[in-house]
Amino acid sequence: MSVLVLADIAATGVALATRQAVRAAQHWGLPVDLLVLGSTEAAAHAQIAGVRRVLHADAPRFAQPQAEDVARLLNSLAGDYTVILAAHGSLARNALPRVAALHDVGMISEAVALLGPNSYQRPIYAGNLLATVDNRPGLQILTVRASRFEAAAQGGQAECVAITAPAADGRSRVTGQKTAGGERPELGSARVVVSGGRSLGSAERFHACLAPLADRLGAAIGATRAAVDSGYAPNEWQVGQTGTVVAPDLYIAVGLSGALQHTAGIKDSRVIVAINQDPEAPIMQLADYSLVADLFDAVPELVRHLHTEATA
Amino acid sequence: MRIIVSIKRVVDHNVQVRPRSDGSDIDTTGVRMVINPFDENALEEAVRLRERGIASEVVVVSFGDATVQESLRQAIALGANRAIWGQAPAALDQLAVAKLLRHVAQREEASLVMLGKQAIDEDAGQTAQMLAALLDWPQAVAVSELAVDGDTLHVTREVDGGSESLEIRLPAVVSADLRLNAPRFVKLPDLMKAKRQTIETLDCAALGIDLTPRVQRARVETPPPRPAGQRVGSVAELIEKLRNDAQVIA
Ligand SMILES: Cc1cc2nc3c(=O)[nH]c(=O)nc-3n(C[C@H](O)[C@H](O)[C@H](O)COP(=O)(O)OP(=O)(O)OC[C@H]3O[C@@H](n4cnc5c(N)ncnc54)[C@H](O)[C@@H]3O)c2cc1C
Repeated sequence: MSVLVLADIAATGVALATRQAVRAAQHWGLPVDLLVLGSTEAAAHAQIAGVRRVLHADAPRFAQPQAEDVARLLNSLAGDYTVILAAHGSLARNALPRVAALHDVGMISEAVALLGPNSYQRPIYAGNLLATVDNRPGLQILTVRASRFEAAAQGGQAECVAITAPAADGRSRVTGQKTAGGERPELGSARVVVSGGRSLGSAERFHACLAPLADRLGAAIGATRAAVDSGYAPNEWQVGQTGTVVAPDLYIAVGLSGALQHTAGIKDSRVIVAINQDPEAPIMQLADYSLVADLFDAVPELVRHLHTEATA
Repeated sequence: MRIIVSIKRVVDHNVQVRPRSDGSDIDTTGVRMVINPFDENALEEAVRLRERGIASEVVVVSFGDATVQESLRQAIALGANRAIWGQAPAALDQLAVAKLLRHVAQREEASLVMLGKQAIDEDAGQTAQMLAALLDWPQAVAVSELAVDGDTLHVTREVDGGSESLEIRLPAVVSADLRLNAPRFVKLPDLMKAKRQTIETLDCAALGIDLTPRVQRARVETPPPRPAGQRVGSVAELIEKLRNDAQVIA
């Protein structure tokens, strides 16, 4: 038997999360196959070390794959696999529970550690607690928090196999897509993230204050739910329990309180910096370095310092 | 069109939960319980659809011990027409809930089942998708905008790095994101009225559905704390630390 990994769809090449999921998949010591959807480059995926076979399902509908269709495809393949696994991205979150239900098996969401053939650790209660959970033996279906796993190396030479997907479901149709996009690195995989909260006060000030710092550090910009709800930042910038979970080398939390739902999404960051005028704010307890200051003074000063030193 | 809304009773999101001393589970003694926030969004949207004449009836359902009746009464006070209490052991996993919801959806001949996109206790985010699969219905997960046009739903849903608009055909399963709406507050007179309404009970064990949990919790623990941090006195000191101690900036 073997392990099937559902690849994340990348605009070009291979998503980092896919390589991390492949590494997680090696936990079982079984051959690992990778399912690649749409026009994504199968050949690039074949170079991930540790992959036996790349199954490539290239149908036009997989340019914007829908859960119904992906679940059908996974169902048709499931008989050959002991484990079906993916990084905890939106496609896997949508499709894998459907596969589990049809096979009458449970599913593990966002495992952060793999402990045995059917035992896992995962965060619950917004990451306040860690649960060890045992899934029934038999088909294992799970998503993993990719940032907890090292990326599989390059240099593999997997065999590429074209496969045909079952007929389209047809009852759901994508009519449009909006991405935050822009020039900045992607929030989920950025090396540095600069995040702002409600205290930024307006969309203009949010941008005017944080963008120069993010530009200087090559960072992605994140936001709290409160900042998103106030319209300062788009929804896809939300970091936290119900937004994106990030694990950068450096997370700079600017004028945000550090509510549980927010800190759930940043706990795996290597270094956390908090800038807040309230020394008692919960984020100050979590931070590796905290600065008690008015953000409207501290952030421009930070940018100035970084600039003068860069040119000195 | 009849809408089923599933609600889960969970620990209030402001409560700092702790494991029991033996690590077997969470200690919920004396802890404030509420309707799962995302389920409130689902309920609010369903009630609005009825108020606009698009839905004829909103039926709420919750599974668990007798305490879930309090949440169901609150849901009635918030506008649900009637409630079903599925009497069931507390330890249902997502698949078992999905199976029970399928039963209710079929019995009630529902055209739409609405849920929250995740429960803030387990953070699993699976039930809606599992239910959709069991019913063989299409799904829209993490929905932040919804409009109904005949037997078609027009939705916007949150996806990695953006959002997506979808058209999906009814019957369907929809799970709600926090952005879908701002739930109304319950009014005391409505709560008093809801206290008098009968709640239908459903004996889940008698349905002949296999509810044995597939996933079982073996242990709960507090994650290791991060090492204590340092307070810096100035921006210059911060930069010095980030550069020389932490080595995260050049
Ligand atoms: C079910 C649920 C899910 C949620 N999911 C998420 C999630 O995924 N992500 C998320 O972020 N939130 C989430 N929330 C919301 C969360 O509970 C908090 O409300 C939110 O994170 C608070 O945002 P904030 O820190 O920007 O605002 P506040 O809590 O208002 O904090 C503002 C902070 O700014 C500081 N400040 C003010 N002015 C200045 C200044 N001039 N200089 C320096 N500091 C200043 C203040 O001292 C304060 O600490 C969720 C809530 C619920 C109920």
